[in-house]
Amino acid sequence: MSITKVTQHPTQNEGLIFERSQTGRVGYRLPKLDVEAANIDEIIPAELRRGDGLADVPEVSEVDVIRHFTRISTWNYSIDLGMYPLGSCTMKYNSRLNEKVARIGGYTNLHPLAPEEESQGALELMYRLQEDLAEITGLPGVSLQPAAGAQGEMTGVMLIRALLDKRDGEASKDRRVMLIPESAHGTNPASAALAGFTVKAIRANEDGLTDMDHLRELCDQGGVAGLMLTNPNTVGIFETNIKEICETIHNAGGLVYMDGANMNALVGVARPGDMGVDVIHLNLHKTFSTPHGGGGPGCGPCCCTAELAEFLPVPRVEKTGERYHLNYELPNSIGRVKAFFGNFGMMIRALSYIYTHGAEGLREATETAVLNARYVAHELKDTYHMPFEADCMHEAVFSHKHQTAAGVHTLDIAKRLIDYGFHPPTIYFPLVVEGAMLIEPTESVGRADLDAFVDAMKHIDREARETPELVLGAPHSTRIGRLDEATAARRPVLRWRPDMESLGKSA
Amino acid sequence: MSNIPENLKYSKDHEWVSVDGDVATIGITDYAQSSLGDVVYVDFPRAGDKFATHEAFGSVESVKAVSEIFTPVAGEVTEVNEGLNDAPESVNNEPYGEGWMVKVKMDNPGETDALMTSAEYEDYLSSQG
Ligand SMILES: Cc1ncc(COP(=O)(O)O)c(C=O)c1O
Repeated sequence: MSITKVTQHPTQNEGLIFERSQTGRVGYRLPKLDVEAANIDEIIPAELRRGDGLADVPEVSEVDVIRHFTRISTWNYSIDLGMYPLGSCTMKYNSRLNEKVARIGGYTNLHPLAPEEESQGALELMYRLQEDLAEITGLPGVSLQPAAGAQGEMTGVMLIRALLDKRDGEASKDRRVMLIPESAHGTNPASAALAGFTVKAIRANEDGLTDMDHLRELCDQGGVAGLMLTNPNTVGIFETNIKEICETIHNAGGLVYMDGANMNALVGVARPGDMGVDVIHLNLHKTFSTPHGGGGPGCGPCCCTAELAEFLPVPRVEKTGERYHLNYELPNSIGRVKAFFGNFGMMIRALSYIYTHGAEGLREATETAVLNARYVAHELKDTYHMPFEADCMHEAVFSHKHQTAAGVHTLDIAKRLIDYGFHPPTIYFPLVVEGAMLIEPTESVGRADLDAFVDAMKHIDREARETPELVLGAPHSTRIGRLDEATAARRPVLRWRPDMESLGKSA
Repeated sequence: MSNIPENLKYSKDHEWVSVDGDVATIGITDYAQSSLGDVVYVDFPRAGDKFATHEAFGSVESVKAVSEIFTPVAGEVTEVNEGLNDAPESVNNEPYGEGWMVKVKMDNPGETDALMTSAEYEDYLSSQG
């Protein structure tokens, strides 16, 4: 596989740290030995030591290391650099204030096993966050333990399962069907399967909404434990029948789980608990501005009705009088889902976000997020195919249908956007839209950025007709050009090896 | 225009079936492979697994997405195409040849009559727009 280098600039062509290695080079200077030299064979038995003298570990100086990592850090694109309209991911700005608060010594130096009386501040923070999330969702039972959205989902459906087991006893085993719209995020059916449910897919109608007739038909078939629904759904449209949907499931004896990944469209405006939802997860790393991406720690709190609360994971953070404490004594709890108390650093940042904005500010953020997405939808609707007519909420879905005649597909459009300085949107998700581009601007961009983005998208459409090669070969402005994603997935090379050069040539 | 060989039967889920006695060889059509994009992994059932009609028996992962594959006919899997583990690209390059996926001993060989002929499948594709 050959990689086309676009620029000669040394910082843009930094090699591997292994390639910087020079025998004998070190990044430290030790003082002279002022004790008697020990024989290493007597201290560490030979069989416990590697015998190759650390062959292939790069030998570099401190400045080598700093330049290497600083250079490669400039190849990154991040929300601090520009608009990041990755649909379903809510890549909003993560404020510096959150970071400042998260670095307060009282939090960073606290050991998770410190006794309760010495952890009152941390427990109070968790308790306050629980209270606020309960208020925002309209669901009073909260666990902050799950480490991500997917784990929050699994926790949520395990609560449903625990309630059904308690309510129905033996008969619960005949209630194992989880209904999930075909447009759902892949983690939904995965979570349901892990919790022991079988999944049945619900069709969508032409407007991109849950097909009510199909939903009723599936309920009539019996065995329904519940429904997992994203609202607004994954095509960015609000399920206007949500109350009727919840009623239908409840009448069938099931419970309603809402995937809260899209809560950035609802916070401060509408509450899932008021719509009839029984349990929801939130992604603090999306809606509540904690850092997101790169696999860093997330936080996927699970919020539920009072009826489900007895099953929440232990320990639960509770308040008696003016004291905060951890309650492990909940006999019906599903148990722990995460070590200690979850990703505490994310809880600090999320509460900081909530307090920074206050109730009014949160509502305004939601309104701006929806307005921004609708603005993009309005500006691009004549250029790019929109599969659904309904007004979108916080994100808008388009397809490549108007560009494919010129041989240009979603992937090419996404790659070309990089040349215009934008992170590409989410592509090929949701699967129900062929060649989908899911665009979520978030509230963190103003009119000027939105206009620049819209302009870029319109330019790309023009290029697709007039100079399709330009789009098909994109990106052109980055360090390296188009990558061969198929080979990377078919024959992944995950680590450097000294014989790599020769391997690369023979492959 | 996609390639639709005349000697095969087709399902609405874009699988093809080639019949030899009571054994059906199943793969995905040229149209299916081209809409999926570059296939990077195929997840198979095991020989001996039994499936009802329309049940998902595996999945195809492409650079874009993971899609389930459904059995157009009920029966027991007798063989899977292990070659795809090393060369998943065969699904793209030769969907009707090296890219075959499984062989199934059919419970009811008559079931293939309900599948589409090449002409019917071609009409079906154009009606899908
Ligand atoms: C709709 C939806 N549900 C669930 C998830 C899973 O969340 P997480 O990535 O935090 O596990 C995502 C993540 O992107 C999502 O978009």
